[in-house]
Order: sequence, then structure tokens, then C-alpha cells
Amino acid sequence: MSIIEVNNLTKKFGDIEAVKGISFKVEEGEVFGFLGPNGAGKTTTINILCTLLNPTSGEAVLNNFNVVNNPNEVRRSIGLVFQDPSLDERLTARENLEFHAMIYNVPRSERNERIKNVLEMVELSERQNDLVRNYSGGMKRRLEIARGLLHYPKVLFLDEPTIGLDPQTRNHIWTHIRELKKKENVTVFLTTHYMDEAENCSRIAVIDYGEIVALDTPSNLKAQVGGDVLTLKTGNDEIAALRLKEDFGLDVKLVPSESEGTNSSGIYFEIENGDKFIPKLIKEADLNILSINLRKPTLDDVFLKLTGHAIREEKADVSTFHRAHMRMGRR
Amino acid sequence: MISLRGVYIIWLRDIKRFLRDRARIIAAMAQPALYLFVLGTGLGAAIGRSGDYIKFIYPGIIGMTLLFTSIFSAISIVWDREFGFLKEILVAPISRSTVALGKAFGGSTIAMIQGTMLLIFAPFVGVSLSFLMVLKLFAVMFLIAFSLTSMGIVVAARLKTMEGFQMIMNFLMMPLFLLSGAMFPLKGLPEWMNFLVKMDPLTYGIDALRYIVIGIHSYSLPYSLVMVLSFGAVMISFAIYAFNRQN
Ligand SMILES: Nc1ncnc2c1ncn2[C@@H]1O[C@H](COP(=O)(O)OP(=O)(O)OP(=O)(O)O)[C@@H](O)[C@H]1O
Ligand SMILES: [Mg+2]
Repeated sequence: MSIIEVNNLTKKFGDIEAVKGISFKVEEGEVFGFLGPNGAGKTTTINILCTLLNPTSGEAVLNNFNVVNNPNEVRRSIGLVFQDPSLDERLTARENLEFHAMIYNVPRSERNERIKNVLEMVELSERQNDLVRNYSGGMKRRLEIARGLLHYPKVLFLDEPTIGLDPQTRNHIWTHIRELKKKENVTVFLTTHYMDEAENCSRIAVIDYGEIVALDTPSNLKAQVGGDVLTLKTGNDEIAALRLKEDFGLDVKLVPSESEGTNSSGIYFEIENGDKFIPKLIKEADLNILSINLRKPTLDDVFLKLTGHAIREEKADVSTFHRAHMRMGRR
Repeated sequence: MISLRGVYIIWLRDIKRFLRDRARIIAAMAQPALYLFVLGTGLGAAIGRSGDYIKFIYPGIIGMTLLFTSIFSAISIVWDREFGFLKEILVAPISRSTVALGKAFGGSTIAMIQGTMLLIFAPFVGVSLSFLMVLKLFAVMFLIAFSLTSMGIVVAARLKTMEGFQMIMNFLMMPLFLLSGAMFPLKGLPEWMNFLVKMDPLTYGIDALRYIVIGIHSYSLPYSLVMVLSFGAVMISFAIYAFNRQN
């Protein structure tokens, strides 16, 4: 029996169908990733699995308990780091952690030790007795993660856990998560739109517009992209793309432009043995090449290939972050 | 289903938050003091019975403080929702009923502390309190605070943002206060108002407080207590129900 089983799950908010009949299984001890752009339905799925939302239809079973019929048993099996802030700002960091440890039944004898460890992990030991309302945004985020790792649940949900954190802290946190997984056999369910974070996963479900478009290990997913990815910046992308299609029979795509006024900021294509192709390209193609970049395929490329659009095309990224901070700032 | 430990943890958090802000606890006594000494003296003089009137409204002002503090404490659930902390509570491994009870006990404890602080005004309004009277007052204050906090929880469970709070103030708290007989005797009122007064659960609470403090009353003590108790039982059941449907 898998630790999570989801069958044909849907969730509608009025006219919006946020989750459109998804099905998947997560095995015990896995690090399972949900990768998708803003609004794909990642948080909605987690909210259903953690009993905060009822599904419109379909079924979800966690640790052999149905999330709708046995919410109390499900809640006893899980831990969460939410995407949006969820701290008590009128308590100190330590009091927030103590509240969590108590309510999750962490044995009294282990409480102090664990609190000390997670505080060290996120480097907040010195500020532990400050009120959370006086913390910076990043400090709050770190505290939130520390709190999520305080008890050892069957399934740990991490909804975009390390958004806005510096690389060093992200490393600390990932080391801790891996240890937890090894020692306590915790299953980790992660959502992210950071590709490098997704690489930590044993399996990844790529989700777009409420549907799972692929589900596999990171390396298998990357193998779907044929060979290497070559990106060129040229004087005229449209002409360059046309020539490469005609002369080399390549399937060339435009890199979506990051600035207003231009249509593209380069072109790219997949090619086997890209390192050997570059000299040939330079010798034979009569193009105004400004720069060449060769790299192994990443999950970004996988996403682009599967959905036809880049994962962070949408500018909503900024607004979700903004929304979270607005909420923290009010009081 | 209901875990006492869970109730305690939820209660403890509310108490910690409350005790943190000592200045606010003291400041919260300003409003009842104004009502009691300024309004009490002024209106008392107008009807030509200054000392008697202050004594009369003293239990009413305690009731008012219980009302306002209870509802404010319960409404803090809406702040928790806006700040996201409610999610932390709602996914915790305790039942929703436990959360509702913890909130009800937390809010009523806080209201009782504020109500109890008003007892230091007793000598200034010419009331002498015996130890036994204080014990009785504790019991009645708790009943009142518990039912009002439960009512507040029912409201807070439906309120999605703090924007609706002004409505609660105008259409719930002020009518409950003004109709309760806190400020005037419930005699010779027109029929429509008499009806509303009897519908107001705080009427019975304040009547019981007044019975204990100065011996004046419109209902018998057991009758008042049964009314408050029944109201409280209904409200906490609604509160538990509302929390179980919370998401
Ligand atoms: N409570 C709600 N009411 C109405 N619509 C909602 C609600 N919650 C989510 N949605 C909608 O459902 C869709 C999926 O949202 P969801 O939060 O699951 O996305 P996500 O994949 O977590 O995105 P992000 O990367 O921005 O966190 C969005 O279109 C969103 O507007
Ligand atoms: Mg999300």
C-alpha cells in the first residue's frame, strides 16, 4: 500500500477548476515533487491532502486514511510547511516552536533538544526570544521551516519551502531533511518551481493547469529531452531560426523575450553531441552569432517540452510573494 | 474526540498572548472606569440619586467588560485566519471540537481576569465585598464569559476578514449591552423593549451579578443562572459545530 494514493481528484472554486482529475501514488520514504508554474494547482492539492479543503470529487488516501472521512487520523500522520505565512507574530520564535512541539506531542524529554537543533539549522538561536513580528521576512520563513521539522510525521508537506532564502540556508535545510528521511523514514511531499530543488526528488510530477502532464524520476524526465540544449544569441533570431531549419533540419525555438519591445532573446534547440556540433555550426552557418551556450538538459527544458511554455513565464510569481507580505505587514 | 491536553495548549497560547501586553490590560480598565464614574455620576445627579446609581450600574459595568472582552478574544480567531496561524491550528492533530473548547476557555479566562480587575473599584462605589461574594462572582462571571466567548466563536467562524467587525460592534455588541439593563432598571419599559430585554442573555447575567453585589434583582438567582447556562450550552454547541465545518 502506498503512503499517498490520489484518484481522479478534482477541485473547483466556482468557475475555476484548480485541479482537474489528477491521480498519483507516493511510496513511503520517497521525496516526491510537484513541479509547476503559479496557479497550477499545487497548493490546492496539498490543502486537500492535509484536510484543509474538501475535494469537489475524487478520492485521496493518506497513510491508509481517507482525507474526507478520517481527517483526524490524517492530521495525526502529517506535518506541513505552508507556502503562506502561518506564524503567531505575537509570540516569540521559541514560543511558536514550543506550541508546535506540544500540540504535536513531541515528548517533553526531547522537546528542548529538538528546538535547539532546528533553531541552529536556520541560524535563529540568538533571536529565539524575540517576538516574531520583529523578524524580517526571510527570518520568518526560516522559522516556519524550522517549526515544520520539529516533529517526525509520516508525511511531511513542504509547499515551496525555500522561496526567498539564501543558498547557504537552503543547503542547511536540505541536509536536515535528508537526515530526517534517513533516520525516521519520513516521506517528503514537495512543491516547487525551483528546478534545482526539484532535482532533490526521487520522482517528480509535472503539473500544469491542474493536470499532471508527466510523472517520472528527474533523470528519466530529462532523458525525454533529446541530447544537449544549445542556445544562441544572434543579430536576428527569426532569420537565424529559419536558416538552421533549412540547412540542418533542426527544430529551432525562440527563447521568450524578457524585455518589452523584442520578440525573443535568442533561439535554442536540442541536439545530440552538441560539443561536436558547435564547430560545424560556426564553419557552415552564415549567421550573425553573438553568443553560444551549450548545456545538459534541465527540468526547465523538460517543462518547456511538455507544456510548450516556460515555467516562469507568468509574472504572477511576484504577486503571490507580494500577497504573502501584504498579509504579514497588516496589523 | 476532545483532548484535555489540546484544550490546555490552545488555552495557554491565548493566555500567554494576553499577559504579554500588561499595559493593555490596565488600559482596558479605562473605558469601564469612564462609564462608571463619569456617566454614573452624571446620570446619577440628573435623577437625583448619585450614590445609588453608581452602585446600581457597577455590576452592569462588570457585565459590559465581560461582554466586550469575551467577544474581542473570540474575534482574535479572525486575526489568526488573516495571519495564517489558524491553518497551523487546523492541521494539528487535535479535533476541531478541542480547538473550539480551548478557544472558549481561553477567551473566558481573559474576560474573567478583566472582570475581576474591576472589583478593585468596589470601595470607590461604596460596595463592600466579602470573600464568599467574590467566590460567587467568579462562578457567575465565568458562566457569562464562557457563553459570550462561545457566541463570539460562532460569529468568528463565519467572519472571513476583520472588515466585518464594525457590523458585529453595531448589530451585536452594542444592542446586547444596551438592552441588558446594565445602565437602567428593567421596570416600566414599553412592551417591545421588554421583549428585547428578555431576549438578551446578558440581561440574566447582569441580574445575577447585581443580585450578588447589591442584592437588587428582577429575577431569582436560580432562574438567571439557568438562563445563562442554557444560553452557554447552546452557544458552545454551535461553536463546536461551526469549527467542525471550518476550512
Ligand atoms: N480559495 C480559493 N478561491 C478561489 N480560487 C482559488 C482558491 N485557491 C486557489 N484558487 C485558484 O486555484 C488555482 C490553483 O491555485 P494554487 O494555489 O493551487 O496554485 P499553485 O500551483 O500552488 O500556485 P503557486 O505556485 O502560485 O503557489 C488558481 O487559479 C487560484 O486562483
Ligand atoms: Mg502554491
